Amino acid sequence: MAKRTGIEVSIAIAEAARQANVDVVSAYPITPQTHIVEHLAQLVADGDLDAEYITVESEHTAMSACVGASAAGARVFTSTSSQGLALMNEIVYLASSLRTPVIMALANRALSGPISIWNDHSDVMNERDTGWICIFANNGQEAYDLTLMAFRIGEDRRVMLPVMVNFDGFILTHVIEPIHIFEDQEIADFIPPYEPLCVLDTDNPITVGPVGVPDVYTEAKKQQEMAIRESRPVIEEVFEEFARRYGRRYRPVETYRADDAEIVLLAQGSVIEAAEVAVDHLRDQGKKVGTVELRLWRPFPFDDLREVLCSTSIKQVVVLDRCISFGGPPGPVLSEVRSALYLEKDKPMVVGVVAGLGGRDISLEEYVEMFEIGEECLRTGKDPGEEPELVKIVGLRE
Amino acid sequence: MSVVVDSIKENPVEEFLRTDRLPHVWCTGCGIGTTVNCFARAVKECGIPLDELAIVSGIGCTGRVAGYLKLDSFHTTHGRPIAFATGLHLANPKLKVVVYSGDGDLVGIGGNHFIHAARRNLDITVILLNNFTYAMTGGQVTPTAPLDSIETTTPYGVFEENFNLPHLAASCGAVYVARWTAYHVMQVKKAMVEALNKKGFSFIEILSPCPTIYLRRNRLGSAIDELKYYKEHSVIQHGADTREVGITVRRPEKIIVGKFVDIEKPDYLTAMNKHLSEVLGDKYVRWGE
Ligand SMILES: Cc1ncc(C[n+]2csc(CCOP(=O)(O)OP(=O)(O)O)c2C)c(N)n1
Ligand code: SF4
Ligand SMILES: [Mg+2]
Repeated sequence: MAKRTGIEVSIAIAEAARQANVDVVSAYPITPQTHIVEHLAQLVADGDLDAEYITVESEHTAMSACVGASAAGARVFTSTSSQGLALMNEIVYLASSLRTPVIMALANRALSGPISIWNDHSDVMNERDTGWICIFANNGQEAYDLTLMAFRIGEDRRVMLPVMVNFDGFILTHVIEPIHIFEDQEIADFIPPYEPLCVLDTDNPITVGPVGVPDVYTEAKKQQEMAIRESRPVIEEVFEEFARRYGRRYRPVETYRADDAEIVLLAQGSVIEAAEVAVDHLRDQGKKVGTVELRLWRPFPFDDLREVLCSTSIKQVVVLDRCISFGGPPGPVLSEVRSALYLEKDKPMVVGVVAGLGGRDISLEEYVEMFEIGEECLRTGKDPGEEPELVKIVGLRE
Repeated sequence: MSVVVDSIKENPVEEFLRTDRLPHVWCTGCGIGTTVNCFARAVKECGIPLDELAIVSGIGCTGRVAGYLKLDSFHTTHGRPIAFATGLHLANPKLKVVVYSGDGDLVGIGGNHFIHAARRNLDITVILLNNFTYAMTGGQVTPTAPLDSIETTTPYGVFEENFNLPHLAASCGAVYVARWTAYHVMQVKKAMVEALNKKGFSFIEILSPCPTIYLRRNRLGSAIDELKYYKEHSVIQHGADTREVGITVRRPEKIIVGKFVDIEKPDYLTAMNKHLSEVLGDKYVRWGE
């Protein structure tokens, strides 16, 4: 049976990769990811993980080596943050289009400049359209569980796509949490050995990654688009099996006290648990509020989101973005949520706020302020979609 | 008594430091600060006006240097200071551009820029602090770490061959190549003055104690022990064959230091001006002369 252990979240994530029995780890150090890869290096050196640990000279190389190893049939894991992910970007696209199911643990951190090692979501949002399956964890247990599930999802024959598991840098990576760590055997049953679909094989030569002339490029992209959409049922199957085996249920969209709520705060990552405290506080005052967590970011869970937000008690959504989309709708989550609801008849209004950039803490008062912004929109009946000045950065020093 | 107090108050290189940013982030005993002191003195001595000097750093403990010097400075991204410096120098050839960064930054993640800047003999100075590790991120293995070095990503020792940096620079085309240690403060300063006044790609490797990470993890003692080791085991060999100066083990019997290369060769802009003048004749407006 799983043991509940006090463990640093980074170590738990590395342990998940060990239990998944990865064949190749290729990574370049960057704060706040370092403990994950250092632990894996130690495991390999100690003979506790039979894998190649490649100490590459950059993240670009790290991802290139991952894709190469995956093409050779290996189960592959990497981890990075921020600038590292930005540097990988070119090959991040290749991993998904070549259908190499690399698993990445992304310790979310702000992008330069100014230089910031602290947490926000600008790194992952930059990779939004790379074709990776992208999931958010809001605590250490989820980061561990989702890393395990990522292998099952990405390597499923019906999927064959890379998966990025997101968890907030420092706020999660560097804290010690009580986490249920499974017995190795339990995971061996859950994650069977990887059976690659097609591998580089000298007896049956194939070419991975050739030119896609105009005649075929569009079709290749269509296939990729279909592949990620068709991963939806597999993701749910894996969530379901995980719940059956281990009793913890994950959903593409999670809610907290949203059943009879009028105003909900929608966000991703560790802020959700903090926002729940604000919800409890406001509920004590009789306010009908709740939270909605967009756990699955790609493929975007359109149906689940509509089910939660449309034709329900919810009249106002406040979307909290952890990065800015400069010159556009203020944040990527806001624009995607709005567009997902566009055709719905009975839908709530959606307003956006931006907060928690580059490690700025969000206080309880500020979560309350976000709900107040929602209240104000609801009271005035103004659709903030047409009132962009209503969109604001909460916690901005004037 | 008061004389002593006054002299402590006035750091002789204070005019080159951004005192508002002090205290700095470096650990006690770290060699980086020592070299910054040397650099400030070199700046004073080299004769280059302060407004014609720019300093570019990457990311790392050494990368913080740019932020503490009262010069125009550019704190860039990890591995890219030479690339930023290339743009800075070519757009404003009047500027003397100095790149000051760590081993991981300049020859790990940024190695490509290093070899190409040396190859085309770009007129910049590169000062590389070699502490054999990615110190800022907690001590993972860099391509300079000698065999058997204990790093967090090589807990039982390095088994890959490392770079011999003076040889790397020289074989790629650098016109000035020197290696010193943080013990050799006078020589470091002198080398910096020479490098600053050298036309073309000048390179100084400075071995620098990292007591917090590299020395501790490798059980090599304190920063003082390391400086003593540098003192006792450094052999000055100017003009040494750079093929012979590699540091292949953690504590070699001798560390060869000195000025290894000091040659003349047209730098990038000189070569460009010559070539384009020949090809385009009067149509070409020479740049940066
Ligand atoms: C693209 C990218 N990858 C990784 C990092 C993380 N990082 C910051 S400093 C550093 C190591 C610096 O080592 P070195 O250049 O040797 O300088 P030192 O700290 O040893 O002086 C690393 C890996 C980063 N900032 N950007
Ligand atoms: S970690 Fe090492 S290199 Fe960095 S400041 Fe401390 S002693 Fe210097
Ligand atoms: Mg270093």
